Amino acid sequence: MSTNISFAQTATITGKVVDETNAPLPGAVVTIKGTQKGATTDVTGSFRITGVANGAVTVQVNFIGYQPIEKSLTVSGNATVNFSLVPGQQDLNEVVVIGYGSALKKDLTGAISTVTAKDFNTGVVTTPEELIQGKVAGVSITTNGGAPGAGSVIRIRGGASLNGLSDPLIVIDGVPLTSDGIAGAASPLDLINPNDIESFSILKDASAAAIYGNRGSNGVIIITTKKGQSGKPQVNFSTQFSAGVLPKEAPILSAAQFRAYITANDTTTAKQYINLLGNANTDWQKQIYQTSFSTDNNLSISGSAGKLPYRVSVGYTENNGILKTSDMDRYSANINLSPSLFTDHLKINFNFIGSQVKQRFANQGAIGSANSFNPTLPVYSGNSNFGGFYQLLDPTSTDGLKALAPLNPLGLLEQENNSSTVYRAITSLALDYKVHFFPDLHVIVNASYDGSNGQGTDVIPANAASQYPGTPDANGVDQQGNNSRYKSVQGNSTLEGDLSYSHDFKSIKSKVTALAGYSQQVFSTTATNYLSYFANGEVNPSSVFNYPTAISQYDLASFYGRVTYGYDDKYLLSGSMREDISTRFAPGIRTGYFPAGSAAWVISREDFLKDNTTLSNLKLRLGYGVTGNQGGIGDYDYLADYSLSNTGAQYQFGNSYYQAYRPGAFYPGRTWEQSATTNAAIDYGFLNERITGSLDFYLQKTSKLLATIPQSAGTNFSNQITGNVGNMQEKGVELNINARIIDKKDISWSVGLNATLNRNEITNLTAVVTPNFPGLPVGGIAGGLSNDIQIDQVGLPKNTFYTLQAVYGANGKPIEGVFVDKNNDGVINNLDLNAGQSPDAREYFGFNSEIRIKKWNAGFVSRASLGNYVYNNLASSTGIQRNFINPLGIIENGSSNVLASGLTGNGGNDVLSDYYIQNASFFKMDNIHIGYSFGKIIKNTNNLSISANVQNVFTITKYTGVDPEVFGGIDNNQYPRPRTYALGLNLSL
Amino acid sequence: MKRNLIKIVLTAGLLAVSITSCRRNLILTPNNALTSQQVFSTPAGYTEAMAKVYGSFALTGNIGGAGSGDIAGIDEGTSDFWRLYWNCEELTTDEAVITYGDPGVQDLHNMVWSASNAISQGLYYRSLYQITLCNNFIQQSTDELLASRGITGADATNIRFYRAEARFLRAYQYWVLLDIFGNPPFVTDATEIGSVIPPQTTRPALFAYIESELKAIDGLLQPPNKNLYGRADQGAEWALLARLYLNAQVYTGTARYTDAITYAQKVITSGAYVMIPKFINLMLADDNINSGSVQSGGGSTGEFIFTINYDGIKTQGYGGSQYLTHAPVGGSMPVTSFGIAGGYAGSRTTANIIALFPTPPTTSTANFPNNNNPDTRAEFWYPGQNLVINNVTSFTDGLGVNKFRNVTSLGAQGSSPTYCDVDLPLFRLPEQYLIYAEAVLRGGTGGDAATALNYFNLIRTRAYGGSLTGNITAPQLTLQIILDERARELFWEGFRRTDLIRYGLFTNGTYLWPFKGGAINGSAVPDYRQLFPIPSLDLTANPNLIQNPGY
Repeated sequence: MSTNISFAQTATITGKVVDETNAPLPGAVVTIKGTQKGATTDVTGSFRITGVANGAVTVQVNFIGYQPIEKSLTVSGNATVNFSLVPGQQDLNEVVVIGYGSALKKDLTGAISTVTAKDFNTGVVTTPEELIQGKVAGVSITTNGGAPGAGSVIRIRGGASLNGLSDPLIVIDGVPLTSDGIAGAASPLDLINPNDIESFSILKDASAAAIYGNRGSNGVIIITTKKGQSGKPQVNFSTQFSAGVLPKEAPILSAAQFRAYITANDTTTAKQYINLLGNANTDWQKQIYQTSFSTDNNLSISGSAGKLPYRVSVGYTENNGILKTSDMDRYSANINLSPSLFTDHLKINFNFIGSQVKQRFANQGAIGSANSFNPTLPVYSGNSNFGGFYQLLDPTSTDGLKALAPLNPLGLLEQENNSSTVYRAITSLALDYKVHFFPDLHVIVNASYDGSNGQGTDVIPANAASQYPGTPDANGVDQQGNNSRYKSVQGNSTLEGDLSYSHDFKSIKSKVTALAGYSQQVFSTTATNYLSYFANGEVNPSSVFNYPTAISQYDLASFYGRVTYGYDDKYLLSGSMREDISTRFAPGIRTGYFPAGSAAWVISREDFLKDNTTLSNLKLRLGYGVTGNQGGIGDYDYLADYSLSNTGAQYQFGNSYYQAYRPGAFYPGRTWEQSATTNAAIDYGFLNERITGSLDFYLQKTSKLLATIPQSAGTNFSNQITGNVGNMQEKGVELNINARIIDKKDISWSVGLNATLNRNEITNLTAVVTPNFPGLPVGGIAGGLSNDIQIDQVGLPKNTFYTLQAVYGANGKPIEGVFVDKNNDGVINNLDLNAGQSPDAREYFGFNSEIRIKKWNAGFVSRASLGNYVYNNLASSTGIQRNFINPLGIIENGSSNVLASGLTGNGGNDVLSDYYIQNASFFKMDNIHIGYSFGKIIKNTNNLSISANVQNVFTITKYTGVDPEVFGGIDNNQYPRPRTYALGLNLSL
Repeated sequence: MKRNLIKIVLTAGLLAVSITSCRRNLILTPNNALTSQQVFSTPAGYTEAMAKVYGSFALTGNIGGAGSGDIAGIDEGTSDFWRLYWNCEELTTDEAVITYGDPGVQDLHNMVWSASNAISQGLYYRSLYQITLCNNFIQQSTDELLASRGITGADATNIRFYRAEARFLRAYQYWVLLDIFGNPPFVTDATEIGSVIPPQTTRPALFAYIESELKAIDGLLQPPNKNLYGRADQGAEWALLARLYLNAQVYTGTARYTDAITYAQKVITSGAYVMIPKFINLMLADDNINSGSVQSGGGSTGEFIFTINYDGIKTQGYGGSQYLTHAPVGGSMPVTSFGIAGGYAGSRTTANIIALFPTPPTTSTANFPNNNNPDTRAEFWYPGQNLVINNVTSFTDGLGVNKFRNVTSLGAQGSSPTYCDVDLPLFRLPEQYLIYAEAVLRGGTGGDAATALNYFNLIRTRAYGGSLTGNITAPQLTLQIILDERARELFWEGFRRTDLIRYGLFTNGTYLWPFKGGAINGSAVPDYRQLFPIPSLDLTANPNLIQNPGY
C-alpha cells in the first residue's frame, strides 16, 4: 500500500529537447515549475526527472539563445514530453551580463544591448568586434581597412571625448582590458579568437556603464566566452576556407590613358616628359594585390569530468592579406573550468584565453606607390640593381636614384620583412561563495591577469631602393639596409572583491539586490629599446638609446556599489556609485565620483494592459549617470620631468657634443573628463514577443573635456596640452526592431533592423571666451607638409571639414586657383576657410535577415550610412597636372580625377578645396550566406552543417574613391577591404 | 559564525581603504626621465640642460631628424628656429621664392598671411619656448641653489657663465619677437613657470628690457672670442646691441644711431674677428673654421661672432642649414656639388637680387659656384632656370642659389648627405661694418665717414677676391648702396625683411618685386604687415593679449 501510494504520488518525466533543425540540444535546463526539480539534457538531448509529484505540472525548458518553452500536462506515473526549441530573439527572461553581475532582461533599467552567438555575423571573422558589426543600434564599427587582423574603430554613441580616449572599455569574462595597443599586433583584439565568444553585452548609457566609472564614458562592451556544460563530452569542429580578392581598383589612369595624357600635356619643346614614357603596360595595382587564401579551424570539447564542467578549445587561423606580403597566423587556446563545491555554495570559474599571433606587415606605402608609379615602365629592370626592381634613375645623383620619385611598389613590398610574434594570455579566476547560513549573500573574489608580449623585427636589405641615400654610420659613411627589433611587454592585473545580496521579498512583492565592491588594477607596459643595424652589421647610430627600457605604469583603485529595487516586476529602480582613484592625475585631484540612477516602469504589467494580446511588453526606462575618462593621456604627465635627447640630437660646445636634457610639458591640474548621460527609452514587444525592440533617446554632455588646446605661450614647455577644457555633447536616437515574421517548425524568417541618429557638437573649446576663435585644425592630409583639412570648432561636430569654397566655370569644372573670398578682404588665405560637412554619419542603419526552410538557412547582413563625407585625398594629391607632369622632372601616375577636373595644382591652395569633399553615404551588403544542416549523418555524429559566405558583397555609393567607409573621413590609400568567398563546415560529435 | 563574517568583511573593508588611501598619494615615476632636482644636482646636469637651451636653436626636438618635437601644431621638420625665422625674413621679400605648398608658406610671398599662419605661429611658439627654457635655467642656477647643491669653484663659475648666456639667448629671442611680432607676451625668471598668464608688453618697453638685460650681463659674459665655440660672449652681446640700436627708430620711434656706432665699433675694435679671405667658403660644411673662437676645432681667427651649430651626425634636423642646402637644389643643379643626396626643388631668388650684381661672364655650369662673377658673392645657378618668375610654384622660374653647400672648402661631402654640417652665423663681422656705415650716414655720432667708407670697402675688397675694382668712393657711399650691399653680402642670411622695413620699402609701392602682394610684378600691401600678427591660438589662451593693428 505504501509503495503503491508512493508510486501513485510521484512520477518520472522523460523526454528529448531538439533545436529548430531537429538536432539534439545538450545542456538545456529542464525544470518543473514551482519546484526545485529539474535536469539537464545529455548529449542526445534527453532528460529524465524523477520524483515529480503526480498531478498537473508545468515543464519548462531553458537554453541560452532560445526561447524558453513550457508545456503543461497532468502526470500520473511516467510521462514523456518532447520539446522543440526555436531561437529566441529578445527574450525577457534571458540572462544579461551587466557590470559586476547579471540580470534578467526584463529587470533592466539601463540601455544594454546583447548579441549572443546565434546572432553573430558569419563568414571570415578575424577579430571579435566583427561578430556584431551592424547588429546594434548606437554602435558603429569601422574596420581599419583590409589588413589581416587590423581590427576596427568602435564608437558607442559617437564617443565621448575629443582628444582623450573614445574607445569603449572591453571586459572579457570580468577582465577589463587595457586600452593600449600591443606592439606587433595589428589590433589588441586580434589576439582573441571570435569562435570562443558566447555573447556580447553592450552598456551604452551612463546608468548602465557608471558602475565602471572611470572607464565607462565611451560605453562598455562585456564579452563572455563559452563555458563548459554538464554531460558527456561534446566535440565541435569547424573549418572554413576562404578566398579574398580586391573588390575595386583605385581609379587611376591606365597605361594607355597615361600615355595619352602625358603626350597631350607635355608642352616642353624638348618633349622632356614624353621622352620619359616607356613601352610597358603595367597595372601596378595588379602587381601589388593578390587573391589571398585563408583558413580558419576550430576544435572544442566541452562537458563534465566528474563534477568538473570544462570547455577546451583550440583554434588556428591563417589569414592572408590581399596586399602581397601581409599575413597573419593565429593559434589560440581557451580553457574554461567551472566547478561547484560545497553543494553549489562555492562556484569557481577559471578561464584561460591564450594565443599566439604571427604576423607579417606589408609596407602599405606600396599602395600609394602603385597609384603613382609610371605605368609605362616595367616591373623589373633586367639587371640586379636595387634587387632587380625597376626604379627611376638619375645619373647625376650620388646613388643613381632619382630623388623624391616614387619607388617601385612591388620592391617596397618584397624588399621588406616586418614580422612580429605576439603572445597574449588572459587568465581569470572567479570565486563566488554563497554564504552557508545566509544564502542571499554572495562573497565574490575575482583575480585576473592580462599579459601580452609582442616582439618583432623589420628587415630591409641593403639593395632596397628605399634605403638610399642611406644613413650615416658612426664614421659618417652612408650605410644601407635595416635590421631593427622591437619588443613590448604588457601586464594588467585586476583584483576585485564584491559582496552581493539579493532577495525576493514575496510578501511585499519586492526584489532587492545590492552590490558593494572594491577593485584594484595595475597597468604596466615595458618597451625594450634595441639597437638597429645596417645590412653590414654596423650599429645605426641614431638607434643608440639612453635607457634600455621604457616602463610606463598606472594604478586604478575603485569602490563601487549598486542597489536595485523592483516592485511587483512593474516598478524598477537602480542606483549605483563608483569612486575611482587614478595615479595618472596628481594627488588631491585624482579621485572621481561617478553616480548613476535609473528607473523603469513595466506598463504592460499594469492591469489595463495585462491581458492585451497584441502588446506583450511595454517598458519605459529613464536613466541618468556620470561616467569618467582618463584614457588617451600619459601616465606621468602631472610630473615635471626631464628627458635626455638621443645621440642625433646633441649640441656642440667647443669640440664636445652634449646630449640635452629637455624639460617635459607638465599638466599638474589635469583631472577626470566627465560625461553625464540622460537616457529615455521604450522597450516594446508585440504578438507574444514576435516583434520586439526598443527606442532610445539620449543626450550625453561631456565636461572637463580632454581636449588638446593651446597653452598660453611662455607658461609651459609645450605650446599645446591635452587639458580639461571645453564641453561637447552627443545626442541621438536609436531604434531596434527584431521580428520573427514566420516562426514555424520547418520554416522561419526573422529580420532585424536598427537605426541610429547621432549628432555631435562641440559646445566650448577655450579656457577664455573667444568669440571669433575659429577652432583647432585637425585631420592631416597628404600634399604639402602638415596641411589640415578639418577643424574642431565650437557649434559644430568634431572634425568638421574646413575648406576653401571652389568656384566652378560654365563647364562645371572648378576654376584653377579661384575660391570664394569669404571675408571679402581681397586675399585668399586661411581666413576664407569654411566649416562644412562632417566625416561622421548623421544616420546609420543595420539590416539583416535570416530565413530557414527545413535544413536550409540563408541570410544577409547589410549596413547603410547617410550623411558621412570623405575628403578624397588620392584625387587631391595626385589628380592634378602638376603630379603627372612633375616639376621634379619625372612623370607620375595619379587619380583619373585629373581628366574630370583639369586642375594643374600650381596654386598652393588646391588641396584645401571643397571640390574634394565628397558625399560618401553608402549601402553595403556586408554578408550573404547560405547553409545546409545534414543533421545526424553517421553514427556518433550529432550534426554536420556546411555553409557558404560572401563578404563585402557590394557597395552602393556616389563616392568615387575605392571605398566610402573611411574612419575619420580622409581617404588616402587605405588598405582595401577584400571581398571574400568562404566555404565552411561544422561538425559536432 | 555571523560575527566571524562581520569580522572578515570589516577587515577586508579596512584593508581596501588602507590600500586606497595609499593610492591617493602614490607617485609613480618613469624609469627613463629625471626630475629637475636630479638633473640640476651635478655640474654635468647643468651642462646637459644648457645643451637644450642652446640646442633648441638648431634642433626641433629630442630625437635627431624628427620624432619628438618641441613645438606642436606644425610639421616637426619645419619647426626649428632658423627655418621659421628665415621664412618670415626672406620669403616675404625679393630675396626668395619657394615652390612648397606647406601651410602658410605661399601666403608669405603673397603677403596675405593671417593670424593663424602656420609659419609665423610656429616662430612665435619656438621663440617663446626658447625663452621659457632660458627662464627655467636661470631659475635653476641662482647662487643660492648652486651653493645648496654643493656646486663650487670652477664648476660654479662655469654655470654662472651659462646663466649669463641664458640671459643673452633670452634677450636674443625677445629681439626676434620685438622685430617680428612687436608686442608679444612677456615672461621672465621672476615668476614661477606656469604660475601667471603672461602680460603683453609693448615695443618700446620690450626694447628697453632687451637693452637693459644686455647691458646688465656685459660683465658676466666671457670676453669676445674667449668662450667655447657655439657659446655666446660679449662679442655677441655687443653685436646684438648694435643691431637693436640700428633699428631703434622702427622699434621705438626714437633713433639710436650713436649707440649703434658705439657697439658696432666695440665689436670691430675688439680685434677678435677678421673676415676670412674667400667669401665662397663662408657657408660650407667646415665653416666652423671661420669662427674666431680660439677654442674651436679650427683656426683662431674668423668672422663668425655667434653661430647656430649643426652636424650631420650629432645635430640632425630638417631645418636650419639643412633647409638652406637642400631646398634650393633642383632642376639641373648637381646634388654632388651641394654634398647632398637629393635636392628638394624649393627655393630660388628673384631678378631684383640678380640685378644687384655684375653680369657674370658666363652662366655655364663650369665655374661653380659663382660663374666667375667679379663679385664672388653672386653664387647663382642659371642653366635651366628662368630669370623671370611667372609661377612661384615652378622651380625653374627664378635663379638657383649656390651659397649654402654641405661640402667642405676642399670639396668633400659633409658628414651626412641627408643632414647638414654647415653652421649658421647669427652674427658675423661684416654686418657690424655695415651697421657702422649706415649709422654714420644716418647721422649717428662717435664715428666718421672715412672709417665707414673703409669698412665698406673692406667688404667689397673681399667680395671681389682681393681686388680693389669693386671699391667705391666717398660720394658713392649712400644709404641705398648700403641697403644693396647688405642684400649682396648678407643675402639669405635672414636680414632682408628687417632691412626693407628700416628703409621704408617693405609694404608700400615704392619698391616692388615679383609676387609682392600676390601680383606677378608686385604691388603694395597695407603698412600693418610690417608686423606679424599675434597667433590667434595664443589669443584664445591668453586673455591679456591684444592683436596687432590691422589683423
